[in-house]
Amino acid sequence: MKPATSHRDRVTTFAAPAAVGALLVALWHVSVAYSGTRVFPSPAAVGAAVAELLRKGLLIPYTFDSLGRVMAGYGAAIAAGVPLGLIMGWHVGAASALNPVIQLLRPISPLAWMPVAVVLLGVGNAPAILLIGLGAFFPIVVAAMNAVASVREVHLRVARNFGLPPVKVLLHVMMPASLPQLLVGLRLALGIAWLVVVAAEMLAIDSGLGYLVVDSRNAGKRYDLVVAAMVSIGLIGFTLDIAMRFLARATAGRWSKAV
Amino acid sequence: MSRASYALFPALSLVKPSDVIAEAPPAAERRAKLLARGIRKVFRRGRNDVHVLEEVDLDIREGEFMVVVGPSGCGKTTLLNIIAGFEKPTTGEVRIDSGLVDGPDKRRIVVFQEHGVFPWLTVEANIGFGLADLSPDERKSRIAHYVKLVGLEGFEHAYPHEVSGGMKQRVEMARALAVRPDMLFLDEPFGALDFITRHVMRGELLRIWNAEKKTVLFITHDIEESVQLADRIVVMTSRPATIRCVIENDLPRPRDLSSRRYLEMRDKVLRELGLAKEV
Repeated sequence: MKPATSHRDRVTTFAAPAAVGALLVALWHVSVAYSGTRVFPSPAAVGAAVAELLRKGLLIPYTFDSLGRVMAGYGAAIAAGVPLGLIMGWHVGAASALNPVIQLLRPISPLAWMPVAVVLLGVGNAPAILLIGLGAFFPIVVAAMNAVASVREVHLRVARNFGLPPVKVLLHVMMPASLPQLLVGLRLALGIAWLVVVAAEMLAIDSGLGYLVVDSRNAGKRYDLVVAAMVSIGLIGFTLDIAMRFLARATAGRWSKAV
Repeated sequence: MSRASYALFPALSLVKPSDVIAEAPPAAERRAKLLARGIRKVFRRGRNDVHVLEEVDLDIREGEFMVVVGPSGCGKTTLLNIIAGFEKPTTGEVRIDSGLVDGPDKRRIVVFQEHGVFPWLTVEANIGFGLADLSPDERKSRIAHYVKLVGLEGFEHAYPHEVSGGMKQRVEMARALAVRPDMLFLDEPFGALDFITRHVMRGELLRIWNAEKKTVLFITHDIEESVQLADRIVVMTSRPATIRCVIENDLPRPRDLSSRRYLEMRDKVLRELGLAKEV
């Protein structure tokens, strides 16, 4: 990735989005002030709410609770989904046997699994992690499957020509060759996992940013805290996405440009 | 001027002594390395049979530089894939050193047109790709030798996207040579390069061929390339491909690209391909 050095680059990457953000906050402030609402908080009130959450020592631990659940569910989804997807991409028989099931389950929102998760795992962390895992699993399988298809035939031929056994072909050719494509899918899946954690925490859990949203509303209709939690969720999701994009670019830059 | 640098531009350096090319036994006396007999290839496309190759017989002699030239899409690459063992012929067989070809083999490496280098490996790691069974020391010295041979010193740790197209082709060549194959199959290896780079690379290939004494099968649609490189030129017809003729190319090396004999040879290939000399 080229550093944003020129004036124009800096304007497009930082100044323009900052201006749009400032404009929206201003609009928000004016709307709250003009309508005289007593329910919806102003930007300043939300700022104060964030400060309050930090002072009470809630925001940081809640954030880590949510991140922990995401990492558990997302990690399990990677561990199960990547090998499965690679096998499906590699082996036509496995793909035709498993793909219909995957495609049937994939459009079911993780939220629809909520009752099932509770029946199976009770309340607490386990069902939340299951939901996150389910949300991330399907896009990861599909991405891994497609990533195999993106491996160039010529690279597989080179590997055969040099007499590599199948395991080494998988490790030294298939894996690195499909990594850039795979990372695109993993980035998408992380976004979904973060979406799902908030919903999952509304389900009989007493920590995390999703819990904060529900709890603040239920206990005294503290909409300033609700919006503060929403803003935090957005910022952390954004940060995660930037981190994944950075990772994807670090490899894709090397890989695909070689074409 | 060193040998290597003068060999970079063989056509421009005819005043130099021609001792770079060692005396080889006359081509016709060399032992047959490869025999292809009755090769036919038919692909099924829907309800139709597409005949790609029709009764191809081919002999390649030990240490020979053979170039197969023919129109684009005529089936040259299919022939090479069959000879290299990537595809099975519909009928016919290929024998190398009298053994039947039954799949790709480390002793016979294909250099592909492009994209053959692994973009996730450095130049050095690409060249060492086929050397997993060597001890680390041997591997290192083998890599260093071929890095030097193909002129990639200083780029060992570069990634393919950081080097030019011609250098990528050098990486592929070094990777192929590093496993010490006895045959090299090149499938339009310079097809994606610009004119000047292509010209330099031909000189490089001849220099390496001379240093390493491999039997080479080189596929191209470039007539000039065939005349500059080959001991013998195999002219193929368009699809279904058959061998139209085999031309002994006895022009002395290094070859003078503006000599009358060179131009006559080129015209002969043009004629055999059924192409007009005027445009």
